Amino acid sequence: MSEKERNLPLLEVRGLKQYFEIDGKHTVKAVDDVSFTVEKGTTFGLVGESGSGKSTIGRSIIRLYNPTAGEIFLDGKEVSGRMTADKKRYLTTKMQMIFQDPMTSLNPRKKVIDIVAEGLDANHLYKTKKEREEMVYDMLERVGLNHEQANRYPHMFSGGQRQRIGIARAMIMKPELIIADECISALDVSIQAQVVNIMKDLQKEEGLTYVFIAHDLAMVKYISDYIGVIHLGHFVEMGKKEEIFNHPVHPYTRSLLSAIPDPNPLTEPTRKSATYDKNAEGVDYTKGKKNFLTETHMVLATEEELARWNA
Amino acid sequence: MEDLKEKEVVLDVKNVSISFKTNVGMLNAIRGVNFTLHKGETVAIVGESGSGKSVTVKAVMGIKSSNEKINSGEILYTYEENGEKTTVDLLSFSRKDIQEKYNGKHIAMVFQDPMTALNPLLTIGYQLTEGMMKHLKMDKKAAWARGEELLAEVGIPNPQLTMKSYPHQLSGGMRQRVVIAIAISCNPDILICDEPTTALDVTIQAKILELIQDMQKKRNISVIYITHDLGVVAKVADYVAVMYAGKIVERGTAYEVYFEPRHPYTWGLLLAMPDLNTTEERLYAIPGTPPNLLKKIVGDAFAPRNAFALNIDFEEEPPVFQVSESHEVSSWLEHPNAPRVEMPDALKRRIARMTGAANQKGGAANE
Ligand SMILES: Nc1ncnc2c1ncn2[C@@H]1O[C@H](COP(=O)(O)OP(=O)(O)OP(=O)(O)O)[C@@H](O)[C@H]1O
Ligand SMILES: Nc1ncnc2c1ncn2[C@@H]1O[C@H](COP(=O)(O)OP(=O)(O)OP(=O)(O)O)[C@@H](O)[C@H]1O
Ligand SMILES: [Mg+2]
Ligand SMILES: [Mg+2]
Repeated sequence: MSEKERNLPLLEVRGLKQYFEIDGKHTVKAVDDVSFTVEKGTTFGLVGESGSGKSTIGRSIIRLYNPTAGEIFLDGKEVSGRMTADKKRYLTTKMQMIFQDPMTSLNPRKKVIDIVAEGLDANHLYKTKKEREEMVYDMLERVGLNHEQANRYPHMFSGGQRQRIGIARAMIMKPELIIADECISALDVSIQAQVVNIMKDLQKEEGLTYVFIAHDLAMVKYISDYIGVIHLGHFVEMGKKEEIFNHPVHPYTRSLLSAIPDPNPLTEPTRKSATYDKNAEGVDYTKGKKNFLTETHMVLATEEELARWNA
Repeated sequence: MEDLKEKEVVLDVKNVSISFKTNVGMLNAIRGVNFTLHKGETVAIVGESGSGKSVTVKAVMGIKSSNEKINSGEILYTYEENGEKTTVDLLSFSRKDIQEKYNGKHIAMVFQDPMTALNPLLTIGYQLTEGMMKHLKMDKKAAWARGEELLAEVGIPNPQLTMKSYPHQLSGGMRQRVVIAIAISCNPDILICDEPTTALDVTIQAKILELIQDMQKKRNISVIYITHDLGVVAKVADYVAVMYAGKIVERGTAYEVYFEPRHPYTWGLLLAMPDLNTTEERLYAIPGTPPNLLKKIVGDAFAPRNAFALNIDFEEEPPVFQVSESHEVSSWLEHPNAPRVEMPDALKRRIARMTGAANQKGGAANE
């Protein structure tokens, strides 16, 4: 661990804010002052309820949005601020996103080979057609698909196979960082297992780094090294996964953990999940400060709240 | 669960077989499905995508596609009206008849996506009172008052206001609560839930599951619950039916299916799902892909993906073997002459851990 910690983080996000103006009067603070770092070769899990800002963080980082404030460093180089052609190329070659719905994110009229080669085409990353083909075939094989399937269209594949096409499309760019947004949520348990295994293999072989966004906390726990718990655009708690799962402090984290259904018919039918009502608790996220309980375990709280929650 | 008392059967699904006409041939989606639902109990149907879960329950609701063909079977529904017990075969009615006579009032369904069940142009109040006025012959005022009560019952904080709202003004979790309120508004005997929480996050899911359990206890409703999530199944189900390629390959009490599973497909399904204690390097993934339902299936449909398959699995369809009064398995491994095959060790370890944890802690076993 200490060795890892001396490494430079691959991704560093400082004070990221992403506001959306709705109608001139209303602003949605989808992400409000979020900071975190992700070390090379590790997986950072991002959890929180629907609408908490998870996708927005991912989308701001890969610059589908222009962040309202904050700095983002990728492998030491700043990628926030004004976009330049240079920065854009740097971003797309170093970082890729896998989207939630494999069907809507794959163009139905394109053959698999052309879908997977999208990034290669856009960045002119091959010299001959043959080379392009070989790169795609190679990548398809890596994710457990074969050449013959390269000339088919997305609707001819099962959900799990489509998701693997999405992974191949991201992986072929040889990125160092992949943001996987709910990339397994819509899949069957068994296919989820296939996809997660591929992601883990690739991490081991290529030292890939992941930001893994998901609802399923059992899966997040399984795949992540670090976890950030987000609520209403704020990180309310962050730490190593053992810290989050074994010593949750923030009541929101606790309610989230208690909501995970445990596949045990002996105990689950009578278990009740904990309720968290921010207003009833009198919590104001803008008043809390970041308390570090360990070097890695952060809780957003005022002094009074921290004392109460730790009691 | 009092096993000794004679249980009342509400729904008896017998040997139902359904095909779809497609431009490349007949697709045999349901190939002989059997299960029973008792009063006040929950049957969960689990299985891979495309295994036929939705088609099965839609048949109960009388929802049929234009290219759908019922080949055989009965769906016997028993209910009481004016003190008299009646049994009808739902498959013998037209869609219109079922919807007129039974839907809403006797059998109600909650779909995966609440938006498809709600009309975006009508207020929640209108959609909630419509059925009560029709089936329960309530007048508008009484139905409206009852609607507010129902919304409160499903945990909506401001029922008066919500009655006047339109669906898009509510969050996903609130909408699903409204759909549940509509579903229970006419006091159905049977509530069918087809992945009602898949689109929701865990906190809202937990609340909705608790709500359904609560309603069930209060009203003694029988529930059919479809889901991929074995954690959810563990929470709600009395009985579990495991479906594969249009057949139920194993069914039993939740205890039997989770802790004494017999079918290799059930083993695979249980193993593939990580729980909070999973630390194995790799997750188990069932190899291969589901069979093509356009082709005639010979033998056990799971055989090509089954590491434990016997020769006969490729030749002849396995009959149903009765393991206990409530536990049935359709697998040649249960034949008295079959070699003894045990479930994988990883699954044994998990089951030991779960039953052990439950014994130690009795109640909350979340850590
Ligand atoms: N382009 C946009 N314009 C306006 N508001 C937006 C936009 N994108 C997101 N939001 C709002 O920002 C908040 C966070 O949304 P986001 O999609 O990041 O949530 P999420 O955590 O990914 O949720 P889910 O789990 O449902 O995917 C929500 O309130 C959402 O309505
Ligand atoms: N109208 C139709 N025409 C042709 N095939 C159909 C039709 N409706 C369903 N099917 C097929 O019938 C099979 C069973 O479908 P069903 O919707 O019951 O699956 P499911 O178990 O509910 O899956 P999921 O978990 O993905 O919802 C699938 O192979 C499906 O493609
Ligand atoms: Mg999202
Ligand atoms: Mg379905």
